[in-house]
Amino acid sequence: MRLHIVTGKGGTGKTTVAAALALALAAGGRKILLCEAEGRQGIAQLFDVAPLPYEERRIAVAPDGGDLYALAIDPEEALLEYLDMYYKMRRAGRALDRFGVIDFATTIAPGLRDVLLTGKVYEATRRRRPAKRFVYDAVVLDAPPTGRIARFLNVNKEVAGLAKVGPIRNQGDAIMSLMRSERTRIHLVTVLEEMPVQETGDAIAELREAGLPVGGVVINVVRRPSLDERARTAIADDEVPDDAVRAGLVAAGLDDKPQVINGLLAEARDHAERLALEAEQRRVVDRLGQPIFELPQLADGIDLGGLYELAADLRDQGMA
Amino acid sequence: MTAPKRRRPGPRVGPLAARLNDIPRLDVDALLADRGVRIIVCCGSGGVGKTTASAALALRAAEQGRRAVVLTIDPARRLAQSMGLTELDNVPRAVRDVDESSGGRLDAMMLDMKRTFDEVVEAHASPEKAAQILANPFYQALSSSFAGTQEYMAMEKLGQLHRDAKAGDRWDLIVVDTPPSRSALDFLDAPERLSSLLDGRLIRLLLAPAKGPTRMLSVGVRVVTNAINKVLGTQVLRDVQTFVAAFDTLFGGFRQRAEATYALLKAKETAFVVVATPESDSLREAAYFVERLSRDGMPLAGLLLNRVTINPIPGLTFEQATTAAERIAEDHPVTAGMLRLHADRARSVARERRLRRRFAAAHPRVSTAYVPTLPRDVHDLAGLREVGALVVGA
Repeated sequence: MRLHIVTGKGGTGKTTVAAALALALAAGGRKILLCEAEGRQGIAQLFDVAPLPYEERRIAVAPDGGDLYALAIDPEEALLEYLDMYYKMRRAGRALDRFGVIDFATTIAPGLRDVLLTGKVYEATRRRRPAKRFVYDAVVLDAPPTGRIARFLNVNKEVAGLAKVGPIRNQGDAIMSLMRSERTRIHLVTVLEEMPVQETGDAIAELREAGLPVGGVVINVVRRPSLDERARTAIADDEVPDDAVRAGLVAAGLDDKPQVINGLLAEARDHAERLALEAEQRRVVDRLGQPIFELPQLADGIDLGGLYELAADLRDQGMA
Repeated sequence: MTAPKRRRPGPRVGPLAARLNDIPRLDVDALLADRGVRIIVCCGSGGVGKTTASAALALRAAEQGRRAVVLTIDPARRLAQSMGLTELDNVPRAVRDVDESSGGRLDAMMLDMKRTFDEVVEAHASPEKAAQILANPFYQALSSSFAGTQEYMAMEKLGQLHRDAKAGDRWDLIVVDTPPSRSALDFLDAPERLSSLLDGRLIRLLLAPAKGPTRMLSVGVRVVTNAINKVLGTQVLRDVQTFVAAFDTLFGGFRQRAEATYALLKAKETAFVVVATPESDSLREAAYFVERLSRDGMPLAGLLLNRVTINPIPGLTFEQATTAAERIAEDHPVTAGMLRLHADRARSVARERRLRRRFAAAHPRVSTAYVPTLPRDVHDLAGLREVGALVVGA
């Protein structure tokens, strides 16, 4: 697999998963490029580095010596680069910029903006060294959220509506053939809540309809069950007597005031209820028919160390 | 040169201001009861519960006597159904089963962005011209998928609802949800962006050949048109010109409306509620938002912190619970499991407090209301009512 595209509903941790996947892919001496396309500088924040310019920069070293590079793609810079690279029109590009053409074009024709963003990913994915080897072993794209992903990747359709022939159209066709190819996978990040799971299902249906290759579903922030299923059922059915809890507290040498007992029981009931809902959503995810990967909830939130843990989890599950 | 300003005693910054007890409380009921507040805008990054928060605020306002309408952007299906939002006709509908005993009512609608845009075009152009615009491929792309269109149309719809509210007496409060943008700030910029776009040199440039083909073109203009033709092909340029020419008569109206909406957001009758969750990303977006609102002179009511972890046993620390759980794991496995659960919760609470303190240190005057994490999803009026009660601490 050469191109991994990661999407998900806002708030599910799509950038975190894209970064963890990129780190996992880089392990063992490979060179990976992680791109973001939304101008949010999420990667820089995650890796705690200065905001990324429009330039590929090494931001982390993977276990066993791989290199992770990152790039924040800016559509206007991408257009200037594109004009220069394919038409040798650097000066004209600046003139276009001065007249507000680039801003206008990327605004009025969103398909064009997407061609520029995906076009840069396409270029990086296929770039080779003089010795014919690819520069990057794989590229990971932190893509727009599920609600916009099919339209974002289906640039061909957008462009076809605007330009029937011409260089932009050809560029769109070339990008599309990479997006649809066996070397590309689109992964979806979700959490086990109703709305994100529903959006994941909708996005998979849209992607399939557009002939785009769906990869794995990554369930993020999976809670570790502190109580087994039998205990959870008993708690949900109100069958755990106060005295049983009190006995445990006394044995542990803790305060056994009613406030403590009621507090623990209330927490356990919330937990049981939440896990029951998650199990229900988990069954929905199972029915989506895609490979499933799971990432645990990190107690201390996400930091660089946490990212390496998540990367190791993805490797263990065979995603990278 | 202006004379140096005398330093006024500003808000306290640094560790002193960052005590959680010093954070002013956002009194949501007072906000909802304030008849001077006629628009509440809920904003924040994606996935923080903006839609639920807007619906909950609108419902609470309605049940306390306001005649409210809530504009939602993309509600969860079951929540939409429970509010009767199954008809996509882009007009507000009455929500059933709302307690109207205090004299209030609740209407709700879901934004249809393309339809809103079409309606604006139809309202401002002659029928023939409107048909021509609606059929243009550039208009279709712009109205259905421009990344800022949803933001712009949300603001357009807000403007419409506001005019309707003023004309009749159907509503005295509009609650607006904002789109899940690339950045939470996009909707503030969308009207401005569109109007500056339509004002730009390029529009004049593109209109020039259509208006006077014999006009002399400057060298710069020729460079630009040549470049466009070379990259996009001549057909594209012609389509854009047709679109721009057809749209020409509408530009003035668009700009005016964009400016009116922007002014409305700054008006005294508007209150912004920034919604966030106690996580670093979300609070960072919230901080950007708070700073932007204050820079633009927009009225911030406060922060609504959603999904806050509550510790029902504050005296039992993470360390105590963890050690105790290990000690009794063999003999009392269920209590041990409960203690581990509590330990996790105590740790989350500590982490969230750290983040909240950090936010408060930089923004000590932002009033805040809290909604604790619910074990279940909210998808009916009862759930919205519960959120409304939690947000005022009832």
